[in-house]
Amino acid sequence: MAVHHHDTLPLGQRPPLLKLRHVDKVFSGDVVALKDMNLQVNQGDFISLLGPSGCGKSTALRIISDLMHPTRGRVDWEGGHGRGDLGVVFQEPTLMPWATVSQNVWLPFRLAGKSYGEVKDDVLEVLRLVGLEKFQNSYPRELSGGMKMRVSIARAIVTNPRLILMDEPFAALDEITRHKLNNDLLKLKAQIGCTVIFVTHSVFESVFLSDRIVVMAARPGRVLTELEVDAPYPRGEEFRTSAEYAAHARRASEALKEAMGEPA
Amino acid sequence: MSLADDQTLGAAAARDEDEIRRARAARIEKIAKWALPVAIMALAIMGWGWIVRANEIPHYILPGPNLVWDSLVNDWAILIDAAYLTGWITLLALLLAVVGGAGLAILFNQSKMLELSFYPYAVILQVTPVVSIAPLIFIYVDSKVAGMLLCAWLVAFFPVLSSTTLGLNSVDHNLRDLFRIYGATRWQRLRFLQLPSALPYFLGGLKIAGGLSLIGAVVAELVAGTGGIGSGLAFRIQEAGYRLNIARMFAALALVAAMGVFIFAALSFLSHLLLKNWHESAVAREK
Ligand SMILES: Nc1ncnc2c1ncn2[C@@H]1O[C@H](COP(=O)(O)OP(=O)(O)O)[C@@H](O)[C@H]1O
Ligand SMILES: [Mg+2]
Repeated sequence: MAVHHHDTLPLGQRPPLLKLRHVDKVFSGDVVALKDMNLQVNQGDFISLLGPSGCGKSTALRIISDLMHPTRGRVDWEGGHGRGDLGVVFQEPTLMPWATVSQNVWLPFRLAGKSYGEVKDDVLEVLRLVGLEKFQNSYPRELSGGMKMRVSIARAIVTNPRLILMDEPFAALDEITRHKLNNDLLKLKAQIGCTVIFVTHSVFESVFLSDRIVVMAARPGRVLTELEVDAPYPRGEEFRTSAEYAAHARRASEALKEAMGEPA
Repeated sequence: MSLADDQTLGAAAARDEDEIRRARAARIEKIAKWALPVAIMALAIMGWGWIVRANEIPHYILPGPNLVWDSLVNDWAILIDAAYLTGWITLLALLLAVVGGAGLAILFNQSKMLELSFYPYAVILQVTPVVSIAPLIFIYVDSKVAGMLLCAWLVAFFPVLSSTTLGLNSVDHNLRDLFRIYGATRWQRLRFLQLPSALPYFLGGLKIAGGLSLIGAVVAELVAGTGGIGSGLAFRIQEAGYRLNIARMFAALALVAAMGVFIFAALSFLSHLLLKNWHESAVAREK
């Protein structure tokens, strides 16, 4: 797999990748999961969807990944899209327990009709990127929660997708593992130069990872506001302890409070 | 310094003792798992012999264990022939139950309309006692072997069908979504996702079907009687009963039981082999 070492363009200059236009989703029983959601995703963005549970974050991802049709509105990909343009990571690692680590990572290719021999190099390359090349023949149950999540990430990036969707991927992990995975995710993104939409309800995670935070509110699910985190990448420990980080976190917290209906 | 060393040593020693106790308990349990049932069996046989001798029970009412053993040895040629036949019918029926049960489950899974149409009839076949269907089967089916197979299949296929159906439907919903996102075909989803997910369920059903196909074979023999194809164990039991050869009845019964145990053990082993790498049920965990 081609590792680009992208230098991501500054926020205002990135070409668009996809646009959500006036997307509504109404479930039976009149649950308005999304109301008039507009979002332009640009190439190289790291976008966090931040909001209380029930505000339609997962629904937005399901609509983007075509698992669900919007009730109204549409999703336009710049130049269309096909198989392999999308990688997804769920809250659970979602690995096939009967398959080894490398077989799990092979899956997107296998479903596209490619034999293991054809894509072995790509599979091993992404396993190396997530630090699991030694575990290619292990079964998921032999791995820790954090390692399983790395396999899941490896599978999501193996096709070199244009967009990666992550739905609260680290929410079930312990604080230390989550911290480490956050650091590694940023490094990984810098190496492969992809675009990420990352769902979280952690203010700190969203500030540390992303350059755009989309704050959402519930009942009806909607976009409340968007914040930019203009701190440069690479970000590491010094960013986590900086005044800049604290200021961004405060802004995001206030927006989140407003989203939850409390006075800021 | 030395004080600290002593302390850590002391703690280590205490922990070790705990570990030793645990290891000993585990060892004892491992032996007891085999030794206890064997001891119970030995005691029961001794008690049986004692009761027969003490009460001078005539052998045509209850033979002692020694007579049963003699019958097992002397009638071995007859009994082993019978065991072969019963064993073959059982195995073939089990094989057909697997093919039919799993095949129907896959078919039902692929077409909801088929499932809605035919699943109720599978249930009806299952809840109707095979003993009551068997005489009818032998009226319409000329071949004894085919009739026996059909009887045994009727009892055995349902657990395979129902457990495989359950398994095919219990795919992790996120994995299902993932397959959709990657544009998997129906066949790919079945092959790479549903069948592996269903495997533990299928193997559970298979274990039950193994026992049931033996029951089905025995029932079929009792209903079919002998003729043409030689006689199985159940027929030998019945025949010995008519002749008041109670010892041979017990000997044949012991063989049927042994066969049942063997089938169960073999299927459990197969299940362990297939699941040992990944499924919780087959993964050894320390307590
Ligand atoms: N398949 C569905 N059917 C009906 N209601 C749903 C369905 N999926 C989600 N919802 C509802 O839509 C709202 C948004 O859900 P979701 O997108 O999962 O929120 P989030 O991921 O932000 O927690 C919730 O009120 C949820 O109960
Ligand atoms: Mg969600």
